[in-house]
Parts: sequence; structure tokens; C-alpha cells
Amino acid sequence: MTIRVAKPGFFTTVQDLGRYGYAHLGISPAGAADPLSFRIANLLVGNDESVPALEMTLLGATLEFEESAIVALTGATCECKLGSASVPANTAFDLPAGAVLQCGSMTSGARCYLAVQGGFHIPLVMGSASTFVPGHFGGFKGRRLQSGDVLQVRQHGALRIRSLPTDSLDRLCAARLLRVTKGPQQDWFAPEAFEKLFSTAYIVSEQSDRTGLRLKGEVVRPREHSELLTDGIPLGAIQVPQDGQPIILFVDQQTTGGYPKIANVIAADVHRVGQLRPPDEVGLVEVSIAEAAQALGEQERWLREIFAL
Amino acid sequence: MQISRGVGNLVKIVPASDSSLLVVFGNAISPALHQRVMSLFHAFQSWQDPRIRNLHPGYASLLIDFDPLRLTHDELSSIVQQLAVASDSVVDTRANVVTIPVCYDIEFGSDLLDVAQHAGLSLDEVVRQHSSPTYLVYFLGFSPGFVYLGGLPEVLHAPRLATPRPSIAGGSVGIAGSQTGIYPVDSPGGWRLIGRTPVRMFDPEATPPTRLQPGDRMKFSPIDRATFEDMQRAAEAPLR
Repeated sequence: MTIRVAKPGFFTTVQDLGRYGYAHLGISPAGAADPLSFRIANLLVGNDESVPALEMTLLGATLEFEESAIVALTGATCECKLGSASVPANTAFDLPAGAVLQCGSMTSGARCYLAVQGGFHIPLVMGSASTFVPGHFGGFKGRRLQSGDVLQVRQHGALRIRSLPTDSLDRLCAARLLRVTKGPQQDWFAPEAFEKLFSTAYIVSEQSDRTGLRLKGEVVRPREHSELLTDGIPLGAIQVPQDGQPIILFVDQQTTGGYPKIANVIAADVHRVGQLRPPDEVGLVEVSIAEAAQALGEQERWLREIFAL
Repeated sequence: MQISRGVGNLVKIVPASDSSLLVVFGNAISPALHQRVMSLFHAFQSWQDPRIRNLHPGYASLLIDFDPLRLTHDELSSIVQQLAVASDSVVDTRANVVTIPVCYDIEFGSDLLDVAQHAGLSLDEVVRQHSSPTYLVYFLGFSPGFVYLGGLPEVLHAPRLATPRPSIAGGSVGIAGSQTGIYPVDSPGGWRLIGRTPVRMFDPEATPPTRLQPGDRMKFSPIDRATFEDMQRAAEAPLR
């Protein structure tokens, strides 16, 4: 079965849950920017949670389905149409052969995921189907999708549930608050820097993408200017360059860097980062490592309960 | 929360995030400190624990990224201490020296004349100085296959360009401050270019995907333009 890309949208790529084990060669994980919505899309159509699916950014794609298919859309709020009919989000739905699915602009959130039952058939590069656009590899020919691209779909899977319970959607709505733990260079910053970081709102700047989100707001600076020996960067690290404007390093980030890292977004909130778009306002709130672990555990239990995993 | 604990001498273990641990061996660029980073790095590579997702060696530290649903900082910290004690006595006997051919042609080395002038050396002497040391690959970062090398002769240290170039050909060899390195793929950059290698430094389809690994030793070997063309034809064109 094939799906043809009639219109690619603004920035549509094939992703999975990332490419791990190659950071020591300078290779970042890439993968879905909102891994929670990505997994839900796959689970709704009865796939394994990690099979390749499409990540659409800000403006969705128009796709032509050669044969009938079962698909699900999750993540950002996106006006999607099948002819004149609206397509429900967070629900597995059937498309007839020849269907043209039009995904429009995202009105809230930044990224929408489209999973198809069976999953996209994408050759693995270093064990992953994720597209790493800066390095031109992975996914579909190492790049974002273009008009005329034809994607192969595997045929498998059985539905578990068709849609998310409505009371569970609150958890997924775009939250403009990120929980963070203090970073490895926290000693470089005075208490006042943390007060500023945690008490004011930051604006997500236009210069934000999958490599990182630049924040505009209160300047936070290290106590004194000193050089950091280049070290490894964890996913979601908040680094502070010389201008004092924090940057959240994201899925396509560099694996090493030389700016001090004041804080780090917790794993349970990485999916929220994936839904931020300019000029969203975002606040940062400090939690302990133990609280971060608890939040992640709760999130996983929630997902497992819904899909009876 | 901050775990800070001694392992042997001068080791600090701190949580870098809720899913990673940073092991810091010191605060200097030195082959001795780097040897300790590599010992722990190789110990973890051999350990092959599926709960560990990524290892990021730096100049004097190792960042360990793990699955927080299956491992805690305390558990990982204990593993680090066991492996550090066991691996500190292991001497790295892999005398792996990789030779990377470089054509120091003026067309490839757009900044060769500037570097020579800055150093007060002839072009031949710049090439001789650059290709004589055995460099240490401290780590890879910045982009896939990008190596951070130690050992550039001081006379060749040169400031990076005031304005970075929007596009540099993959394989370009450059100098920035006390560093020298190779751009693995076409990219923007501010290093002063002195030559180009026909060797493909990064190939996502290859195993391993990069020509150099952390901890390797390497040498640059001068080749002429004809050899460069032959080698480039023989290999595939560098990644565009």
C-alpha cells in the first residue's frame, strides 16, 4: 500500500522514537519532538508504539491513499478534512481507497502526528527510521517530505481502542509550563539567576526548531565569565550563551557543547517542548529529580492503563 | 539534589538531568584526564547495558544518558564507581593510528596564505607542521563525525574567521584557535581552511558510520592534487 504526498505542508518528516547509541560519534537522537503524542497515534491504530509515523509542523500535509487505511492524528490541534467532512483527532478512523486527507494549519501546538495502521515502511539507518535533516540521513531520503513523494505502508495490526477517553485529553493540551531540574553547571549561577529563570515568562523566539528553542526574556548570566570545557549535552538541556537568553536544546541538538547548562527539562515534559511554537509564552518551574521520576512514572502508567499495555 | 562523590581522585558525579549523569574527571584538556574518560567510556561500551541509551565523552567528562524508567541516578552512580575502579588500571593498548590524507592545495585551503602569514611560516612549512604530529581524537561532537583533536603545534594557532562562511565543502580541513579538525559534511563554519581530504569522514550507511572514533590517534598525510582526484573518484563523493 502506498501514500502519495500531494502537498508536504510546512515541515513534514518521518520519525520514530529516536536513534540511540551513537552520541559518541556526534549523532543526536532525532525522533519525534512530542514522543507522547507520537506513541498515542501509533497505539490508536493498533501499531507498536515505536513504528515510523509522520510528524507535521505548523501546516499539515495533503496525502492521497492508494488503498483503504486506518489512520490516527494526535498532537497539535489541526483542522483535518476528508472532502468536506472534518476528521476527528485522537481517534482511529477508516479511510476508503483513493481518499485525500487534507491536514491544515495547526491552531494550537506546533506538531501533529499521523500514524497509519501497519506503520510506514522506512529503511533503518543506525537502527532508526528518524529523519535527521541537518545530517541529511534517516527517514525518507534524509529530508523533509516533498510533493510527489510516495511512502510505503506495511499492513499489520489490530485495533485496541479507537479513541482516547475525553477526560484524558486535558493531560495532552498544550501546557505552557515546563518542569525542570537544576543543571550540571548550576553552581555557575547565583540564586538571583534562578529567581529570574523561575519567576518570569519567556517567549519562544522565531529562531526555534528541532535543534533548539531560543527563549526571549529576563537575562540570566553566570556569576563570572569563565570558559566551560566542552561536555555532553542531555536532551532538554537549558544552556545559557553569552547573551544570557536561555536555549532549550532539543531532539536534533548537538551532542556536545561549551555553554553552561543552568537547568534541564524533565523527561515527562519533553512532549510539551515539542508543542511549543513562536511566540508562545512559557514558564519554567523547578522540581527535584525524585519529583521528575514520579511524573514520568505517572505518565507511563496513564498511557499503559488507557491502552491496556 | 546533587550527588557528589569521590571515585579514585578528583571525580565528581552529578545528575545532569532526570535521565543523565555527568561524570567529571577534571577541568583541563590533557591526555591523562582524557585517558580516564576513555577508560570509563570503553568500560560502558563493553558493559552493554540496555538501560543506557547514549554515551557522550567530552574533554574531561563523560555524560551517560539512561532510561529513567529502568535505572536511577544512585544505581548508575554505583555502576560508574565499579567500572571506574575496574577500568582505571586498564591501560589502553590500542595503538590505533589512522592516517587521513589531505591535499593542501591553495584552492581547497582558502585561508592557507593567511595562516602562513599569521604563523610567519612558508606554505611548505605550514603543511609540514600540520602533518607532523600524531593527534589525539578527544571526542566527536558538533555534528555527525566532527572530531575534536588535540595536538596542533602552537605556531599554527590562528583565530577563527570574523564572519563564518555560509557553506564549506565536506572534507575541508581547518584551524580555529588551538584546534584543528575536518568538516565531515557540507556546512557553514568559521574555521580557517587549509586543505581538504578525499576520505569520507561520515557515512550513515557504513559500520561504524564515522572514520574516526573517540580515543583514536590520527595523522594528516599530505597528498598532491592528482592523488586527491584519484582517491575522490575511487571513494564516493563526500556527502552533499
